Amino acid sequence: MSKDDRSEIAQDPWSNLTQFTSARIALGRTGMSLPTRACLELQLAHALARDAVHIPLDFAGLAQRLNRLGYQSQTLQSQAENQTVYLQRPDLGRLLSASALDCLLRTAPIPADAVVVVADGLSSKAIENHAEPFLSLLLPHLEANGYKLPPVCLVKHGRVAIGDAIAEFYKARLCIILIGERPGLSSPDSMGIYYTYQAKSGISTDADRNCISNIHGNGLGYGQALKKLLFLINASEKLGFSGVNLKDETTDTALENQQQANFLLD
Amino acid sequence: MYKTHLGHQSYDFKTLRNLMAKASPPRSGDYLAGVAAGNNLERVAAQWVLADVPLKQFLNEALVPYELDEVTRLIIDGHDSGAFETISHLTVGDFRNWLLSEHATAETLTAIVPGLMPEMVAAVSKIMRIQDLILAAKKCRVITRFRGTIGLENRLSTRLQPNHPTDNPAGVAASLLDGLLYGCGDAVIGINPASDNLEATLRLLHMLDDVIERYQIPTQSCVLAHVTMTLKAIGQGAPVDLVFQSIAGTQKANDSFGINLNLLNEAHHAALDLKRGTLGGNCMYFETGQGSALSANAHEGLDQQTCEVRAYAVARKFKPLLVNTVVGFIGPEYLYDGKQIIRAGLEDHFCGKLLGLPMGCDVCYTNHAEADQDDMDMLLTAFAAAGGTFIMGVPGADDVMLNYQSTSFHDALYVRQVLGLRPAPEFEQWLQQHHIFNADNQLLQQPEAPALFKASLQKLIGIR
Repeated sequence: MSKDDRSEIAQDPWSNLTQFTSARIALGRTGMSLPTRACLELQLAHALARDAVHIPLDFAGLAQRLNRLGYQSQTLQSQAENQTVYLQRPDLGRLLSASALDCLLRTAPIPADAVVVVADGLSSKAIENHAEPFLSLLLPHLEANGYKLPPVCLVKHGRVAIGDAIAEFYKARLCIILIGERPGLSSPDSMGIYYTYQAKSGISTDADRNCISNIHGNGLGYGQALKKLLFLINASEKLGFSGVNLKDETTDTALENQQQANFLLD
Repeated sequence: MYKTHLGHQSYDFKTLRNLMAKASPPRSGDYLAGVAAGNNLERVAAQWVLADVPLKQFLNEALVPYELDEVTRLIIDGHDSGAFETISHLTVGDFRNWLLSEHATAETLTAIVPGLMPEMVAAVSKIMRIQDLILAAKKCRVITRFRGTIGLENRLSTRLQPNHPTDNPAGVAASLLDGLLYGCGDAVIGINPASDNLEATLRLLHMLDDVIERYQIPTQSCVLAHVTMTLKAIGQGAPVDLVFQSIAGTQKANDSFGINLNLLNEAHHAALDLKRGTLGGNCMYFETGQGSALSANAHEGLDQQTCEVRAYAVARKFKPLLVNTVVGFIGPEYLYDGKQIIRAGLEDHFCGKLLGLPMGCDVCYTNHAEADQDDMDMLLTAFAAAGGTFIMGVPGADDVMLNYQSTSFHDALYVRQVLGLRPAPEFEQWLQQHHIFNADNQLLQQPEAPALFKASLQKLIGIR
C-alpha cells in the first residue's frame, strides 16, 4: 500500500520505537490528523476483529486434540442458545442448559478436587490457538500433585461464572476456567484464565476470582501463565480463599529480562 | 401516586425506583435487568410523570433502603439542605427548565452541588435531550489540582494510557514517549497493569515517577491497580501520586469490587499523607461505567444510569482529581450500539459535572458492540463541546492490552483544533518550552525529535 506518498505527510522521527511494542505508535500525521494509510489499516483491523467474534469454535476438534493428549472431555452448553443471545444475555451464559445438566448427571459424579473448564467466550480463535497447548502443561501438573480431576468441560457460549456451577457439581475446591477474551485489533486470539477457590454458583463474585489475562503470541507465554496459576492455587490452598485479597506475588522473569531496555531512563 | 393517562391507556408506576427505570431512554442493560419500559409509550408516560415529581420527593423515598446500603446512607447523611434551598421548590421538569435558564450559571451551579442528590440529577437527565445535556454541563466549572490545573474553561486534558500486554517497561516507554510528543498526558499518565502483581505495580510506579522527574513533566502518574494493591505499594514506600479505583453505585456492587467506603477512606488518607501534589491535594482517580452494578448482579432493581450517578456520590466524597466514565467498555449487553454509547457518555458527563466532579470520558467501544470509529467521533466531538474535562490518549486508538478502541493522540489534536481547546496551562507551557507545540498549540513540524528526548532516542539508532 502506498497511499501516502505525498509531501503533506509528516513522518515521526521516532519510528525506531516500534521495535518495543505492538501499539500503533509513530503513525505520522497530515496536518494533525491520521494519514490515509494508518486510517485504513485501523478499519481493516476492526473488520477482522468483528469477524473473529462471530466464528464458532470447533468443539469436536478440540475434544479430539485433548483426547490425543490422553484427556477426556465433555462438551456442555450454556443457556444462551446462539451467539446473538450470548452477546446480549450474560446471565444466560453463566447458567448450564438443561441438556448440560443431564449430561453431567449421566456421568457418575465422582467428587473431585479441581475442575478445568474451557469456554469459547468472545474469541473462538483464542481457545483454538491456546487452550490445548496450555492444558498440555497444566493437566499433567495437577495430576502429578494428586488433584483428582473430572473430564475437562468444554462450554459453548459460556461466561466465566459458569465454572462455579460445574465446580459445585463436582464438589471441587479449585475452579479453573480458560476463556476467549474480547478480541482486540492487535490480538484477536487473547485467552484469559480465571481462578476461583471454593466457587459457589450465584454466590461467588468477581472479587472472589483471580484473573490471568492476555495469553497470546505477543502477550503472556504459557509457562509464565502456568507459574502464576500455580502460585494462586498454592496460596489459596494455604489461605482458604482466592480473589482480591490474594495477590500474585510471583517474580516476573519476563520483566527482569526486559528491564535494561528502558531507553527513557538509561 | 405515580399515575397518568395517555390516550385511552392508564399508567401506574408503583415506586419512584420503578418510575425512574421506565423513564430511562432505551438501553440493552435495562432490558437485560427487566426494568425497562415495555414500549415507547410507556417510556414517555413515565417521563411525563417523572417531570411532575417534586425534587423533595427524593429525600423522602430512598431508591435503595437506607438500612441496607452504605451508598444510600452516604447520600442521605451528606445532603445539605441549605444548599438545596434554591431549588427545593422545583419539580424534576422545573429543574430542567432552571438548568437551561439564565439562572443557572457556573456560580449558582457550584452553590447547589451539596444540595443535589444523585437520584435528582439522574431523574432530570432522563427528560433531557442531548443538546440539553451538552448545554447544561458546559455551564458547570469544576477545577482540580495536583501538579497541574485540570478543568479550566476552554481546556481539554488527556490521560496518556501507554498500556502494554506484558507491562514491558520499554514497550510502555515507547507509547508514553509517542503520546508526549503528540501533546498528551496532562490529566495523568495512567497505566492499566496487565497483571495483578505487586512487583509489576511497584516497577511501573517507580518508572513513571522517574520519567516525570527526569523530564520535569507537570503531570501525575497512576498505576490502575486495585486499591488494596496500591495501599500495599504505599506501604512499601512506592511513589504513588493518584490512587485509582473502580467504583459503583450500590454497596453490593462495591462489595463485588472488593471495596467499601472505609477502604477508600483509608487509601485517600494514605495518598494525602504522601503530600506529592505541588499545586493541590486532589489525589484520587475513579472509574465508573453504566452496567457495572448489573454485571455484578447488584443493581437493586435500579436502572443502570441511576446506579451510575449514585457512584458519583461515592466519588465526590473523596475529592478526586479525575473521574472517568469508561462508557463503551463494558460491552453490548449494557450499551448495545453507537447510539446508546453516545447518549450514555453525555448523560454521565452531565450528571457528574452537576455533582461537582471533574468528569472525563473514555470514548470507547469493544469489537463485539455495534459501533465504529464514526460513532466515537460523534461522541468525542459532543463531549468536548459539552466542556468535558479529559479524554484518553491511546496510540492509534487501539489499546493492545485491554483490547478495545478508545480515543487516540490524533483524536485529541483533532478536537482541540476544531473547538479551540488547550491543554492544562502548566502542561501547555512545558509542551511549548520543549518545542513540541508552537505558540498556537499546534504540533511543530520538525525533522528531528525535540531536544529533550534526543539523547534517549539517539541511543536506539542501529538497535533495530
